[in-house]
Amino acid sequence: MIRSVPRSRWFDGLYLAYLAAFFVYLALPLTVTAVFAFNDAPFPSLPWKGFTLDWYLADGSGGRTGLFHDDTLLSALWVSTKIAFWVTVVSVTLGCANAVLFERLEFRGKEFLYLLMLLPLVIPGVILGVSILVFYSGMANDASRLWGVELDVFRPGMTLVVMGQVTFIATLATLVIAARLRKFDRQLEEAALNLGATPVVAWFTVTLPWLMPSIFGAAAMAFLMSFENFNTTVMLTGSDTPLTVALFNRLREGSTPVLNAVALLLMVGSALLAVMALGRSRDSA
Amino acid sequence: MGIESDLFCSNLVRRFGSNAAVDHVSLDVPAGTFFSILGPSGCGKTTLLRLLAGFDRPDEGDIHIRGARMNDVPPNRRPVNMVFQHLALFPTMSVGDNIGYGLKRQKVPAAERRTRIARVLEQVGLPGMENRNPGELSGGQRQRVALARCLVLEPTLLLLDEPLGALDLKLREQMKIELKHLQKAFGTTFVYITHDQSEAMVMSDQVAVMKDGRFDQVAPPEELYREPATPFVAGFVGDNNRLTGELVAVQDELAELRLDDGSMVRGRLGQSSPPIGERVDLFIRPESLVLGGDALRPDYSALRASVTATLFDGANSRLEADSAGQTLYARLPQDGSAPRLREGAGVQLAWDPMLARVFAPGAA
Amino acid sequence: MNASAGRLSLWLLLTPFLLWIVLLVLVPHLQMLRVSFQVRESWDTLAWGLEQYQNFFTESYYWRTFVRTGVMSLFTTFLTLLIAFPIAWYIARLARGRAKGLLFLACLVPFWASELVRTYGWMILLRESGLFSSWLQALGWADGPVEMLYNDVAVIIGLVYNGLLFMVVPLVTTLDGMDENLVEAGYDLGGSHLTVLREVVVPWAMPGIVSGCIVVFMLTLGSYLTPILMGGKDSAWFTGQIFTQFITRFNWEQGAALGVLLLVLSSLIVWLGLKLSGQSLRKVMG
Repeated sequence: MIRSVPRSRWFDGLYLAYLAAFFVYLALPLTVTAVFAFNDAPFPSLPWKGFTLDWYLADGSGGRTGLFHDDTLLSALWVSTKIAFWVTVVSVTLGCANAVLFERLEFRGKEFLYLLMLLPLVIPGVILGVSILVFYSGMANDASRLWGVELDVFRPGMTLVVMGQVTFIATLATLVIAARLRKFDRQLEEAALNLGATPVVAWFTVTLPWLMPSIFGAAAMAFLMSFENFNTTVMLTGSDTPLTVALFNRLREGSTPVLNAVALLLMVGSALLAVMALGRSRDSA
Repeated sequence: MGIESDLFCSNLVRRFGSNAAVDHVSLDVPAGTFFSILGPSGCGKTTLLRLLAGFDRPDEGDIHIRGARMNDVPPNRRPVNMVFQHLALFPTMSVGDNIGYGLKRQKVPAAERRTRIARVLEQVGLPGMENRNPGELSGGQRQRVALARCLVLEPTLLLLDEPLGALDLKLREQMKIELKHLQKAFGTTFVYITHDQSEAMVMSDQVAVMKDGRFDQVAPPEELYREPATPFVAGFVGDNNRLTGELVAVQDELAELRLDDGSMVRGRLGQSSPPIGERVDLFIRPESLVLGGDALRPDYSALRASVTATLFDGANSRLEADSAGQTLYARLPQDGSAPRLREGAGVQLAWDPMLARVFAPGAA
Repeated sequence: MNASAGRLSLWLLLTPFLLWIVLLVLVPHLQMLRVSFQVRESWDTLAWGLEQYQNFFTESYYWRTFVRTGVMSLFTTFLTLLIAFPIAWYIARLARGRAKGLLFLACLVPFWASELVRTYGWMILLRESGLFSSWLQALGWADGPVEMLYNDVAVIIGLVYNGLLFMVVPLVTTLDGMDENLVEAGYDLGGSHLTVLREVVVPWAMPGIVSGCIVVFMLTLGSYLTPILMGGKDSAWFTGQIFTQFITRFNWEQGAALGVLLLVLSSLIVWLGLKLSGQSLRKVMG
């Protein structure tokens, strides 16, 4: 079972076969999706009709509209990017503050507040969306009905989506940054004070650089999670549809290789972001 | 000496709850001294050091550095630098940036910073290492970088918190000597805390032995070894044998004891005489014990003992013997003069009473 | 740092935390609970009542879906654990150097695509006009197109796929930290493969197992896309009913009640899992 304990040969063979099957299982759906983004046929299925970039570039003249000319998808992409940007900013800021709060300060009720902080992880995403919809949108409805005040920010739309996603992404960001802060040797801060730095300078010159990899990691994760989120988002979205919701609506109408093209684009984007975050954290680890 | 010394503390007290970790400690360290504070773990030496660095505040007493009162000065304004126990080199910075950190805080221009960094690296024997990452250095090199990071600021006082603790034995021996040389070369006043008596003895000009928040004795290493002022110092500094008996007579500074098996031995009183009849301890160093009976001088004290083991350790080889239930160690000279001894053989252990010290137990 | 600066920084850090937890988590959930006990009598009058919950227990469609969702989520979680454990073991204990890092990274790859993309990939593979169907026909193992989508097996394949990453990562992390001597000692003292696994490895990996199971269970229970897109007419999922109430029927009161029920179910099962395995939320999640 471990290297130093002998195993029989057929057990080894079986184990390796299992591993291989597992990674095929992992790779297959994504590979297939990516490949069919280039199939010269109106449906993403066999037989293979040859290579084309139509599903990216076609301008609609030949009956095909490629991704780069599909205004609905492009605007959805932009909406998603805006949402993800704000979610990242808010979640990482909250994550930093929370990490310092829970790792550095002592106060009464800390254990209890820490459990509250973990709570969003054990609430299904749908419920997070529903509860925020019921409270804020309900509040906007009541305000309009009772006092004629229009609270449009609390109607389904970008603000609510950002709020809904921040609810659980902030917890994840906190966990990532707190884990790094926990490994910080507080003597380093004392050393900085000892060498003449004020507490604020010590924080910015010693502690923050130490946290930087985790902040980048948390930001990349927050961006990806926001971009890919469906369950919370779909409850809260208004007229400007984010990409996952737009794709879902498209998919229900029937699949076209344009969906594959978007999917591949997303995969490449995510992979780049992940590699960047990974590279950053490796540099300074 | 006095308040104008590099470090002068009077009656420092730091309490945690009802327990005083530092209990009325006074010390006076003249410029250029290598001053060690030696004590077992939990004796309050780290607390004392943190008071000096400014990470903690005394409940009573004053800290003066070159005549200036430091009690209310925050750590970043004190002319004091510290080498931390685990060195605390900034992992996110190169060696050069680590050393330049304090200079940058003093707003030293970049060009001057570079020359001073290069110079101090040369002085600690690491020329041209500016761009290395602290993680790539060996234990000894990291030690030197930590030292350089402080020395480049030319502090009045350098505090060292057991910095050699993490090194392996051989490197520790080497660094001990190197630290002493560096201290002499820079002329900076060092305050060094350690629980390792050999570090304190080898490097220091003055050693303070600390126990339960107080200084038992402050003296140069040799005096500490030869003239321990308290039974704790006698037992803690260097190896020592302890014999317990009843004080029967005092003659000048020599005390006569009756051990439990009835044998009479003598030693020099370590402090004012306890009353006759009191139980007292006699400390005698292994190297002061002489083996064999023939060449015994008449004024020596002697004990019969039986060999339980010979412990060969090169120049530190020892004989373990049992005398009426008390275990004694004697140094075995390795120049061929020592008799060959088998286990269980009878042996006579004798000593010059002037080299033995007698204390009432628990005397401070 | 003196006392007043300490208090100031405490409040500076506590304020955003409290705003977040109170305004985005606590208050909305309490409001959802409140709404679930409201009964709409006309378009602008509300009364208190248990009608929404009565509906749930009297309409067999609701509670059947509820039970089905719970049971299938548990099954999926268990299956994911079974599939992931040997993989995590290999990565943590058997693979070395570069292979280790690469295999671990490979497990993360599906995460780079969203749930929607992953589900879409499976649809391309499994549907009647899909790849598996074409391959089976090409190999002569099937005469006509084979529909493999729109059934419970397809749903579980997709759900396990979604959960794997969240199971593999905590398992690798805990198994990585295990001292190999423990296993060697287990064998040395006469244990067989199975007893060593049961009495040494599994207890050690428990925090990782529980944390992986909680995350996978939560994801599965709360997932929407996979069961809706890959499931058939009979494979309804409870989240689907919540969506229907909110989005197609605009019946918020009923939707809120269903939401509360789902929350109760998930909290209950997570709590039970923690109790049965003797772990705490702080230990497995924090």
